[in-house]
Formats: sequence, C-alpha cells, structure tokens
Amino acid sequence: MEKLTFEEAMAALEEIVDNLEKEQLSLNDSLAIFEKGISLSRICLAKLEEAEEKIHILLEQNGEMTIQPFHWGEEGE
Amino acid sequence: MGLNIYTVGEITRYLKEKIDWDPLLQNTAVRGEISNFVHHSSGHMYFTLKDSSSRLKCVMFKSKNFSLAFDLHNGLKIIALGRLAIFERDGQYQLYVEDVQPEGMGALHLAFLQLKEKLEQEGLFALENKKSIPRVPKGIGVITSPTGAALRDIITVIRRRFPGALILIIPALVQGTEAVPSLVEALRKAEDLKEKIEVLIIGRGGGSLEELWAFNEELLARAIYACSIPIVSAVGHETDFTIADFVADQRAPTPSAAAEIVAPESRELTKYLRQLENRLIQQVRRKLELHKWQLASLRQRPVLMKPEHLLDNRKQTVDFLRQKLLQCTKENLRGKKEKLNLLIEKLSDLNPLAVLQRGYVVCRKQKGKKLLKSVKGLKVGDKLTITMSNGEIDCLVEKIREG
Repeated sequence: MEKLTFEEAMAALEEIVDNLEKEQLSLNDSLAIFEKGISLSRICLAKLEEAEEKIHILLEQNGEMTIQPFHWGEEGE
Repeated sequence: MGLNIYTVGEITRYLKEKIDWDPLLQNTAVRGEISNFVHHSSGHMYFTLKDSSSRLKCVMFKSKNFSLAFDLHNGLKIIALGRLAIFERDGQYQLYVEDVQPEGMGALHLAFLQLKEKLEQEGLFALENKKSIPRVPKGIGVITSPTGAALRDIITVIRRRFPGALILIIPALVQGTEAVPSLVEALRKAEDLKEKIEVLIIGRGGGSLEELWAFNEELLARAIYACSIPIVSAVGHETDFTIADFVADQRAPTPSAAAEIVAPESRELTKYLRQLENRLIQQVRRKLELHKWQLASLRQRPVLMKPEHLLDNRKQTVDFLRQKLLQCTKENLRGKKEKLNLLIEKLSDLNPLAVLQRGYVVCRKQKGKKLLKSVKGLKVGDKLTITMSNGEIDCLVEKIREG
C-alpha cells in the first residue's frame, strides 16, 4: 500500500468512505475496510509531510547537464 | 504622317523606364482582396489583387514570402507593399510584393488566428487529449527565464502553499529569435527528467505581443502537445492568450496562478484527509451502535426475557394430551363393556343348564369333575352322578355296551 501515489491512495480512501456510507456491509467487512481506510489516510498525510523543500536548477557545465541547488541573488528578503 | 513607328519591345521598354523612374510606383502600398492565388512549387506566389473597380497582378518571390507570419489565401483583404514594374516578355505590369499586411489587424494577430484554427482542426486543443494535473506532484518543473519575475512569483506561491515541494528550474530564453528552439529544447530536457518531474509550468511574465510571440509559434505548440508530462502554461497576464495556452493541458492566467494549480494547498489537503478520516470513524461507530441496538432489542424479546413462557406452552400441550388420553381411555372402556355385555348375552344363550332343561343330562364319575363323553374307561360297578336340570342322580354301572 505504501507504493501508491498520493492520488491513488486518496482515491482509494474516498471510495472506502463512500462504500462505508452507502453499502450494507457486514460488521466484519466494515471493520476490515475501516482499518484499510485509516491506513490509507495515514499514508496520504505522511506523503504530504514527507517531502523536504528543494529548489534546483538544471545547468549546463562543460557540455553536461547538472542539477544544482538554486538560490536567488537577494534571497532572504 | 510624320509619326515615329516603334516596335512592341521599344514601347514596352519605354514604359518600363517611365515606371522605374516614378518614385510613387517604386515604393507603393496597394489595398485589395487576394484572388487567383497560386503558391508555385518554386516557392514564389502569384495572385491578383482586386477591388470593385479593377485588378492588379502581383508576384511575391520566395525570398520575400518565406518570412510571412501568416498564410495568404483567396478572399484575404491585404495591403501589399512593393514596387510596380513591367514584365517585359508579356508586356504586363505587375506589383512585385515585398511585404504584406492583413487589412484591419496586425500581421501577428492574423498569424495567431490562422495557426489557432489549423491546430484546432488537427485536434491539438482537444480536451480528450489533455492530461490531468496531479494533485500532489513529486516534482514541479519550471521552464522559464531564470532571471524573470515569473520565476520569482512561481516559487513564492509554491513555497507558501506546499512547503514540501520539489522544484526544478529548466532555464530557457523566453523572447527573441532563439526563444522557440530554447523552449523546445527545455521541454526535451524535462522529458529526460520525467522520473523527477510530474508536472511542468512553461511561461513568462507579461510583455508586448512581440515579446510573447515565441509562445504563438507552431514549433513550440507541437512540442508542448508531444510532451508526455502534464503542462500548465502561464504566459503574460490574464488577458494574454497564446497558442501555447490552448495546447497546454491547462492554462493559467498568470505565473502565480500556474503555481497555485500545480502546488496543492497542503493545509487544505490535510484538512480534507482529516474529514475523510472522521467520516470513516463515524460510519464505523454508527454501525457499531446499530448492532448494539439490534442486540439490545433482541434481548428484550419475551422468550429471552421470560424463558419460563417457553415451558408454559409445553405444559399446556401436556395437559391437553393428558386430557385427550383420559377421554380416549374412557371411551375405549365403555366400548369394551358394551362388547362384554353382548358376549354375556350370547353366552347365556349357550348356558348348559338351558340344554339340560331340554332333556339332556351331564354324566361324570362320582369322585371326578370331568364330564364323561365316552363309555371307554368305564367299568361295571363304577359310581356315576347324572346331573339333570333340577337335580342329580347317583347311579351304579351294571352293564356297558359300546355303540
């Protein structure tokens, strides 16, 4: 389940909530998909928080493309 | 007659010189509508300019027409700039066109409209070909000038909305003759970095129509269309519409707006996820409550509340059966009694006393009870008792005759 993209996880979560609200599931099934839904929502939240900010610029140096950190001249204004 | 007689060639050359020396005809502008348009395989263009009163033959050589921003076609109203001259072979005067302006609008504007129509017909703007913009992109590629105001706006907005974003700037020239190849190359580089970039912003800040022109070029439009990464275009201000905007997967009115489109508002998303979680919890809770209630109401059912009622029923059944048993037995007994009486009656009919009354006797030995049915076993001198209906006689056997 960790391999899902944010979109996939979110879509799966939305579907689970819908199912739980609409369909007549057995208590057992309800609890099972509830558990799945909670872990999906945890995955989504984690994905939102996991990335650390990075701003890079693609530069050509001696004919080779390199990715380097990007800074504004007057950063920190 | 005293008149000089000239050859056709001489007259034609004379006229040609006249025209060649006339400054008005050497640099003139003629308004008219294109007809009989032919774009020859040599690359030269031939057409006739006409208005309600006359016609003028025109030629535009390849060396002049190849830089035209828009296409010429019949019916197009233009202003043709050039010089008038005579084509000696045919003795025909014509306009040698150096440049063409569309009438009523700028050349670039017409070029824009023509390219827009062409690409639209090819399906480059079709909605079904547009890729969706991922809600939370792993990486955001930005193709623009690294020194432009657009980049600053984009980064500021992305940082504010989605602090975790990964931004990769792919520098490109955004105006001038090198802009189109530079932008196309940047798109190609982005494609190479597809693993890192899930969405692209391509654009620049505001400027004149000429400054934004690269974003109206066919080559760039096709490169945007061909790119496999979803692209948000952000060229100039709200009011600037470029071909790139039409072909991109989504148009943003400004670079800041493009940043808002690609960068999710992380706080909003978090809020939304919490809401989904709450709905999940509520649903399960509701379900549990429901089951609990169902269980409670089951427990309220009489059989569970007073199980002795279950016995009551059975008791009643037993009573009923017992009653029935008694009744049946009684009836059975009565039947048997009746039958017995009947038998007794019958029996009385067979009473041996009644037989004795009819004159028969019963004979037995005096010290025995057995009725005698045969003379065998009897001896002379045996003592016998003969029973009659109203008494008995003791006798002595005198003689035995077997019959």
